[in-house]
Amino acid sequence: MPERKDPPPLTGEAAERQMQRLTRRSFTTGAVAALAGLGAWRWLTTAAPEDGVPWPLRRVLRFNQSVAERLGSPHHLAPTFPSESVEGPARTNGEIGLAGEVEGTAWRLRIQHEGRVPEQTIRLRDIQDLPRVDLVSELKCVEGWSEVMHSGGVRFLDFVARFGLATRSGRAPDPEGNPHDLYRYVYLATPDEIYYVGLDLASALHPQTLLCDSMNWQPLTREHGAPLRLYLAVKYGYKSLKRLGLIRFQDERPPDYWADRGYDWYAGL
Amino acid sequence: MKRLEPKHPRPIRWMHWINVPVLTVMIWSGLLIYWANDVYEVRVGGVTLFHFFPDWCYRALGLDHHLATGMGYHFAFMWLFAVNGLCYVLYTLFSGEWRHLLPNRHTPREAWHAILHDLRLRKSPPPPGKLNGAQRLAYTGVILMGVGSLATGLAIYKPTQLARLTNLLGGYQWARAEHFALTVGYVLFFLVHIVQVVRAGWNNFRAMITGYELAPVKEQGHA
Repeated sequence: MPERKDPPPLTGEAAERQMQRLTRRSFTTGAVAALAGLGAWRWLTTAAPEDGVPWPLRRVLRFNQSVAERLGSPHHLAPTFPSESVEGPARTNGEIGLAGEVEGTAWRLRIQHEGRVPEQTIRLRDIQDLPRVDLVSELKCVEGWSEVMHSGGVRFLDFVARFGLATRSGRAPDPEGNPHDLYRYVYLATPDEIYYVGLDLASALHPQTLLCDSMNWQPLTREHGAPLRLYLAVKYGYKSLKRLGLIRFQDERPPDYWADRGYDWYAGL
Repeated sequence: MKRLEPKHPRPIRWMHWINVPVLTVMIWSGLLIYWANDVYEVRVGGVTLFHFFPDWCYRALGLDHHLATGMGYHFAFMWLFAVNGLCYVLYTLFSGEWRHLLPNRHTPREAWHAILHDLRLRKSPPPPGKLNGAQRLAYTGVILMGVGSLATGLAIYKPTQLARLTNLLGGYQWARAEHFALTVGYVLFFLVHIVQVVRAGWNNFRAMITGYELAPVKEQGHA
């Protein structure tokens, strides 16, 4: 500290005078800094909203996503739990996009790829023929609660590989060897498209991302999104779309129901 | 006779004052988030003494139904909180200021002395020095709490990517509770801090702004 090496400290009246000078100077600096801070706060809170939050905050959310994608790994797994940790039916939350009934046998999953026609349709039993996976993990709701639950179904990764989806060539995805063959994003929606989510491909192809027809060892109920729903261990619950009806692979970042209403688009855990 | 003496180095003063608005925004946005699942309460033998927080409290402060806003601000200002805290720790380490701050072998006795003095149970003031034992414990403690907030915050922000950290803290819900408890701790620290600053008086407060204080000196020849 240069101050420490200063010549002998001032005493008496000289000290009092110097203290007055220092006080004036420092309080002025402090007042200017406080005003600048208040101005910055005003600017931030009144900045034009982008999808429900001031645009600078939206920028930071995107920046946080890029940090998470750079420092994180698509191979990190969410913790799993023994099957006994699951008790009773899973908690439900939200009915958006679930109006009316859907008949399992008549149900078809529509698949689209950007720049490719026509769309494909896939029957439930063809999806159910894929290798079955049971995952007991902790669902985290953005509201702050969490619950250990069972999700039974097939891996999204196995699903796209089996039906030649998500890639421009129609071959099985190879994120490391041939990343440009993959579309960048996937859009998933209920049959009526009232509820919809957007995902980056890395999250969609995560080994703990499932298409589920069973929860807590019971067949999927209407409230949980029968006949088929999405479950992601690497995102908040609002990304785990119920009652899947449409999947579209595309390069443009897809819209997302809750991200359109102020929440983080990425929502990666 | 007074002497002008340097007390708080400039970087410490800046980082201290920057922390005021940053921590305020973090606590405010944290409350917006907590509201969406406000499950914590103080219970003794099955009786709820206090629920965090009563509904009127959210309404009075406008904290209800703003979860998305809360997350937006929390995950932006976390960077300022983390960088400011990191700068503070690095500065204290490299400048040698840690000598005034960290507890040493005299600290427990001095802290007890200072507390008794503050409670008017003991007349003589604690031995002179930049920080007394109680202050050393409090200011070191609050830095550790900051580290704790960062760790528990990361554990609930990225419980898959940082699953090991989350597990170490007892799991997702424990980490959330710890994150909340630390915030309650800040508020308590702040209350005591304000009372102590008021009690210590103008010269002490001014030193946190100017960096200097007027210290009394004994007249020559009377020593």
